Amino acid sequence: MELLLEVRGLRISIPTDGGVLHPVRGVDLSVGRGETLAVVGESGCGKSLTAQAILGLLPRNARLEAERIAFDGMSLLGLGNRQWRQIRGRRIAMIFQDPMTAFDPCYRMGDQIAEIVRWHRPRNATPARMTEMLAKVGISAPDERLGQYPHQLSGGLRQRMMIATALLCEPDLIIADEPTTALDVTIQAQILRLLADLQAETAVGLMLITHDLGVVAGIADRIAVMYGGEVVETGSKAAILDDPRHPYTKGLLDCIPTPGETGRRSALGFIPGVVPRPLGALTACNFRDRCARAMPACHRGTVPLMPMEDGRLVRCRLYDPPGAVPVREPQKTLRNAEGVA
Amino acid sequence: MGMFIVKRLGVTALVLLVTSMISFSLIHLAGDPAVAMAGERATPEQIETIRRLYGFDRPFHEQYLHWVGNVLEGNLGRSNYLKEEVAPILARHLPVTAQLGVLALAFALFVSIPLGVIAALRPNSLIDRAALVIAVTGQSMPSFLSSIALIFGFGVMLRWLPISGTGSFAHYILPAIALGYYASPAIMRLTRSGMIEVLQSDHVRTARAYGLSAWQMIVRHGLRHAIIPVVSVATVQFGYMLGGSVVVEAVFSMDGIGNLAWLSIRRYDVEVIQAILLIVAATYALLALAADLLNAVLDPRIRV
Repeated sequence: MELLLEVRGLRISIPTDGGVLHPVRGVDLSVGRGETLAVVGESGCGKSLTAQAILGLLPRNARLEAERIAFDGMSLLGLGNRQWRQIRGRRIAMIFQDPMTAFDPCYRMGDQIAEIVRWHRPRNATPARMTEMLAKVGISAPDERLGQYPHQLSGGLRQRMMIATALLCEPDLIIADEPTTALDVTIQAQILRLLADLQAETAVGLMLITHDLGVVAGIADRIAVMYGGEVVETGSKAAILDDPRHPYTKGLLDCIPTPGETGRRSALGFIPGVVPRPLGALTACNFRDRCARAMPACHRGTVPLMPMEDGRLVRCRLYDPPGAVPVREPQKTLRNAEGVA
Repeated sequence: MGMFIVKRLGVTALVLLVTSMISFSLIHLAGDPAVAMAGERATPEQIETIRRLYGFDRPFHEQYLHWVGNVLEGNLGRSNYLKEEVAPILARHLPVTAQLGVLALAFALFVSIPLGVIAALRPNSLIDRAALVIAVTGQSMPSFLSSIALIFGFGVMLRWLPISGTGSFAHYILPAIALGYYASPAIMRLTRSGMIEVLQSDHVRTARAYGLSAWQMIVRHGLRHAIIPVVSVATVQFGYMLGGSVVVEAVFSMDGIGNLAWLSIRRYDVEVIQAILLIVAATYALLALAADLLNAVLDPRIRV
């Protein structure tokens, strides 16, 4: 599969009064053309920051370092504002978590969608093309909707509007940051279905950021599980969901209730504790304090991502075979992309 | 929107009714108007004559209705001191104040809104600090002081602009700056805080994530939101400029409404004071109406 997005050695640090925070500590990710990658993790694991970093949208106080962030063979590191304006929306479109606030309440839907689309794909900014797309994402009475203001629409409708906006820009990659989290459960399923169908139809690459390892990650081709700013396990959907290896991945799957199982014996699983505050550099496995299977080796040194026999990668001492070679030794950062607009 | 306008017009009508009652009764609250008008050495008979002549002996509501009826016909009464109809007196003084107020407001808006936006784009930067200094100076300096400073600097030292009177457009520049400068800090700080807030909002993030231009982000999706509280405050400031420019008018020897009000109060010129009160109050009410309608145009969520 042709490589569309490649992120290597992404690190994000945020200086604060209490010391430097490292919410992302060397993340490698890739999305192929037409592929769906789910990035899964708890709040605070760095998944949203990773997405923002790809589009150069990090908050001003955050520092970004990466060996490589490349899109369609072109480096996204150190781009100027003009270059970013050619990428954002046009090549990589973003769908946000909260559709209630993602649109400007002062403008009619049609006007603000057209404002965006006119810049990237002028031929799509016509009322005809817009209503066509709105109908395609399941919005009834699209003509009428285009004349309405955001506050007159429900959350589900607004998220469909966001998806329609993204598609009208005809991007190669859509980054959806928790696109269903803020919606009602019934609407969540609809939106997820819509994303999956549209992805299959348009062959757009999809990077789906979610905390739901069950249903949401289920529409992905590959899954990357993040914990404490690192990828701890990544592989095909089947490998991760059917046969999780990392204790954290297992813990996440145990947290999902299974229909039909009731009573005390099959109590819902949970992972004790919270994600540790990302202060200072790592000296050991980041998950050891919350891990039921922690052992002395976990406290000695950082843990590398190791390839398994089925091609997946796992960052855990449990799978340390004698003499195994890690995927990649931690490297010095080659390029500093500080000051990216 | 239609219903909103109707409701808002209703409120304005009520405000006008109440302000007319208050401006009418203020004359009576300040003591017996007949005694005051008759002067210190008047005999009781003379006072009684004046009382009957001006209708002060009739019931309050009758006096009020009579007065309102006259006002609605454009008859604002006759000045006891100037021995002249009030309407033409106002017609002479109003344009001076109106021109001064509009210029002062324009100066305040053109200076403080861009400064507020620039300060918000780089909070705590040098330019933000500089804007803060300007704001604090304007806020803490009474307008007679800034007027004198302007006269000294541009009038006396540089000799660029006239410092007294209302003869030409140039005569209005210094007083407009003095009056507008006083209103600038509030507008600037409000613009700044509103912009800082809106620039962090999700819809501006959307604009950025979809590659919209800086202008689209800052002005179309930023300033339009930040300006809404500014509209309300600027309106009040404008009303203040029209009604309370007494000091600036005095310093620059301008014969506006402020000056007329000040003189009329000293002369106890009841009819003129009433007319000025009514006009200033009505202007305030209409400005508030205009501000609400403008805000409803800016933000559709207000149109309920």
